[in-house]
Amino acid sequence: MSDRLLDARLVVDRGVFRLDVPLRVAPGEVVALLGPNGAGKTTALRALAGLHPLTDGHVTLDDVDLDRPATGGWVPTERRSIGVVFQDYLLFPHLSALDNVAFGPRQHGVERRAARATARDWLGRVGLDAQAQRRPRQLSGGQAQRVALARALAVAPSLLLLDEPLAALDARTRLDTRAELHRHLSAHAGATVLVTHDPLDALALADRLVIVEGGRVVQEGDGPSVTARPRTDYVARLVGLNLYRGHADGHGVRVSPELTLTVADRLDGEAFVAFRPAAVALHPARPEGSPRNTWAGTVAGVQRHGDNVRVQLDGPIGVAADVTPAAAAQLRLIPGQRVWVAVKATETHAYPATG
Amino acid sequence: MPAALLIPAGLGLLFIVLPLAGLLIRAPWTTLPQRLTEPGALTALRLSVQTATLATALCLLLGVPLAWVLARVEFPGRRLVRALVTVPLVLPPVVGGVALLLVFGRRGLLGGWLDSTFGVTLPFTTTGVVLAEAFVAMPFLVIAVEGALRAADHRFEEAAATLGASRWTTFTHVTLPLVAPGLAAGAVLCWARALGEFGATITFAGNYPGRTQTMPLAVYLALETDLESAIVLSLVLLVVSVGILVALRDRWMTTA
Repeated sequence: MSDRLLDARLVVDRGVFRLDVPLRVAPGEVVALLGPNGAGKTTALRALAGLHPLTDGHVTLDDVDLDRPATGGWVPTERRSIGVVFQDYLLFPHLSALDNVAFGPRQHGVERRAARATARDWLGRVGLDAQAQRRPRQLSGGQAQRVALARALAVAPSLLLLDEPLAALDARTRLDTRAELHRHLSAHAGATVLVTHDPLDALALADRLVIVEGGRVVQEGDGPSVTARPRTDYVARLVGLNLYRGHADGHGVRVSPELTLTVADRLDGEAFVAFRPAAVALHPARPEGSPRNTWAGTVAGVQRHGDNVRVQLDGPIGVAADVTPAAAAQLRLIPGQRVWVAVKATETHAYPATG
Repeated sequence: MPAALLIPAGLGLLFIVLPLAGLLIRAPWTTLPQRLTEPGALTALRLSVQTATLATALCLLLGVPLAWVLARVEFPGRRLVRALVTVPLVLPPVVGGVALLLVFGRRGLLGGWLDSTFGVTLPFTTTGVVLAEAFVAMPFLVIAVEGALRAADHRFEEAAATLGASRWTTFTHVTLPLVAPGLAAGAVLCWARALGEFGATITFAGNYPGRTQTMPLAVYLALETDLESAIVLSLVLLVVSVGILVALRDRWMTTA
């Protein structure tokens, strides 16, 4: 099947924690497993690599069962067509960058001279010709990351796995490396699965996001659809939206017993309502006129957020509001302060919670 | 600083240094070159170096896999096995020699069979010296290598597997290079212990010049007949010991 190079259902029991993640990846596709720490992303990656056996489900790559507990099917790590970029790279400290990259081809039966030629070619592609003879400890973080990528790709794997590929880098290096990594992942003909807790990395690198929380897939889709229509608080926080679930009846969505939000979209049944913190206005007194949603809230916290001030408010619903420092000063926002919260219906986005 | 601590501390240091100083003071410096090149001394030295090296090789061959199993394989009774491996460390060497005789002696558990099947006799031979030294020195190697294996990040081995390396290739191309410093330290320590072995050797292999008489045995024998010769041989062993200490100073004296 050409539309699913990798077909997997990863079920791993670890004591009380159970991972159950279905995953299908097409050739050339880059899928990001995105989730908070402890969501089971790394376990999923280790199961794909054969470093952790499945409890149930299956890993099928190129129509070959790599792991299927039900039938006892099992291909050990060293015989899987995979390449792994580990979070801290795990470059062999006793080998030069060149020999690190040549290690995989050598294990795949390539003669030494040819393996070195392949390695040299790959180091060239990641722009590290000059560093070929350096030991890993003589490389910068960004260089080590590129050597790790070259080492994983040098065996032409059907499945490329990356565990938090940019997490170990400082902010500046991260930006450059992210762009370069995107170029290499786009060029990779096989399937790619990357694991990250950083939404920016996921959005920049992946064609499709699979969001995992507590061992389950809570949302799946391409970047724009996930960011526009978050389905869990975690995703909403990632993309910086206020998110509420409630019951819709035309233009009203009842998000709490005391509060029904008026929305621009028209829908019925279980629904989500999302809006940006910048769309939230704060007032010292109840605002008059205009089709707004208004309610009374209490300031719970105030923090700098970029050029603005992010205010966390309690009330019928908890909400984050971004206001200018001037407005914050004028309102004299301090924890415990009572303010009126207003959100225009046109600033909200409502969508069905089912399907 | 309280004198109650300083005085015993000073005495303790003196207690260690004084005998060594004695060795240097009483050494027959003028006749030293001549005595060192005496056939007896040279033969004992050569035999000592050869047997200690062979014993170390034997310990590497058997001890490294043993250390790997202890460090990497979970099995019931692992603590017991580890305890057994360290027994020669605390066992009086002479007891080790007796135990070796009971197993490998002509009428021993395996010795009789080895003798009748292969015509191999171990006690009172140079091979016997190697066995006795290996028996006593092996724990030093196993403990050092196991410690190094535990300290090494086993995820490098996972990385090797993802690159297609078999378990064996991973062991030889990744694991061993990673623990090379620990391995070298263990081997040197093992060699030093084998070189100084006395009790198990004299019990199991006897004291035949040229065949089983190693340096420590020669020192002991010379003590009764020729004191100066004993001092010279002792000096050689002292120099070797200090040399090893210097070679390994980075590993064991880094706190200084």
